[in-house]
Amino acid sequence: MTDTLSVFSDASETAARTTPSASAAPRVARFPRLEDLSPSEAKSSRWRQASPWQRRATRLLVPVLIIAAWQFVSEVGLVSDYVLPAPTAIIAAFQELIVTGELQRAIVTSSARAISGLVIGGTIGLVLGLFAGLWKLGDDVFDGPMQMLRMVPSIALIPLFIVWFGINESAKIALIITATAFPIYLNTYAGVRGVDNKLIEAGIIFGLDHRKLARRIILPTALPSILVGLRYAAGSSLLALVAAEQINARSGIGYILTIANQNQRVDIIMAGIIVYALLGLALAAFMSFVERVSLPWRTDIVLG
Amino acid sequence: MAVHLTDVRRIFSGREVLAGIDLSIVPGEFVALLGHSGTGKTTILRILSGLDRADFGTVRVPAARSVVFQEPRLVPAKRVWQNVVIGHPQNGQARETAISALCEVGLGQHVDAWPKTLSGGEAQRVALARALAVEPDLLLLDEPFASLDALTRMRMHDLVAQLWERHHPAVVLVTHDVDEAIVLADRVIVLNAGRITLDVRVNVSKPRLRTDARFATLRQRLLDELGVISHPARPD
Repeated sequence: MTDTLSVFSDASETAARTTPSASAAPRVARFPRLEDLSPSEAKSSRWRQASPWQRRATRLLVPVLIIAAWQFVSEVGLVSDYVLPAPTAIIAAFQELIVTGELQRAIVTSSARAISGLVIGGTIGLVLGLFAGLWKLGDDVFDGPMQMLRMVPSIALIPLFIVWFGINESAKIALIITATAFPIYLNTYAGVRGVDNKLIEAGIIFGLDHRKLARRIILPTALPSILVGLRYAAGSSLLALVAAEQINARSGIGYILTIANQNQRVDIIMAGIIVYALLGLALAAFMSFVERVSLPWRTDIVLG
Repeated sequence: MAVHLTDVRRIFSGREVLAGIDLSIVPGEFVALLGHSGTGKTTILRILSGLDRADFGTVRVPAARSVVFQEPRLVPAKRVWQNVVIGHPQNGQARETAISALCEVGLGQHVDAWPKTLSGGEAQRVALARALAVEPDLLLLDEPFASLDALTRMRMHDLVAQLWERHHPAVVLVTHDVDEAIVLADRVIVLNAGRITLDVRVNVSKPRLRTDARFATLRQRLLDELGVISHPARPD
């Protein structure tokens, strides 16, 4: 230690010499305590060595067991049908809804609401996000108001929207638009701002003007972040859909739920909730697909 | 002249980083800039590239110039060949240009790869191909080998020497590495506190071997100029 220091500084050399005890002490290396890190049977758990099929079967087994237990509890009459209908009763409710065509119509109506809200809200968020991210003027004009407005919980706007748009479709879609525009705005803005300045410099060196910088470097690099925003927005669109469909729904899944509520049909209520969950799963699967297709260069796509 | 700087000064928040640089480089000349961190090497390079502007003085550089940075600076969302021709007009010709530049740096098999799948040395060769694809009259190298492992660095030295023989742009190489400067450059310039304190020709015949006596002499002279005192190792 004193040796290497002396190469750089004469002061430390003399300091080392004046304290002979430090340099003159015999250096006897101690034997360190060893830790056993060699591979061993005992240390790795058996479950880690299970085949993918075993693991998949186990994953499937748990929900199946829960549903079986649920069916059993209902059948022996531990829980009243009114509180928690048996899984078979819910399947029957589905059949009833499908035979009359009610469910199919409701899914189309509700999906149309969610998707049109998501498309309009997403476009607004994307355009404002790009504008604020790419141009200082856009930043100064839009970022302040957007940061303030995003603090408003969209569901709190329902009464206001009823006053503004009445109780028909436009109020519902307006709610979904406000719920989806902000996640896309924030992530687009952050994505554009987060592009490494070093990449931009390289682009300038190789002759890119502002438009080409945006098209060839900034947008492709910001795309993962924009898609994260889209994923959040898709989730929010569904949340907003459920809330919006509480406003005087005359069609859609919310309508099925309202009618079932009035008729005290818990089986249909459960079926409706399951449909909402399935819509959410379908959206998530679609988003994974979009990410895989548009980000082939990303090896570390985060799902969910 | 390929580069002509007279009395170039650059001031960052009251501190004179470049305190009057006069530098002329003839076409095809390979110049290495040596110096400690903070002596203004990178500032000169940024001024030559056009990324930064001098506060005083005159700066004349060729219009066709390109840079290889310390990091590859590739766009992760673009395939390797698209990165090579990032500034070119996007037509059928672009891919051909990219492929021939990539073949020159020995990456013909990685044309369609994504930058993330490349090793550090490969990514830096892509950056080199990108810099050559614009057929520069002035090639600026900003410590391009600093983050590579020692073996890869030696192979990169050979590659850069070869490419320079073939295309003959004027080159300015910023480096900390005295040996690298002597191996590659025609001329070595030492910077200290924003001034040129030494400007020497490298008169060691190629291939320049570290065992050559003139190599060792020049090396010692440069190390002395940089203020590095190299004692022989003392027995403990």
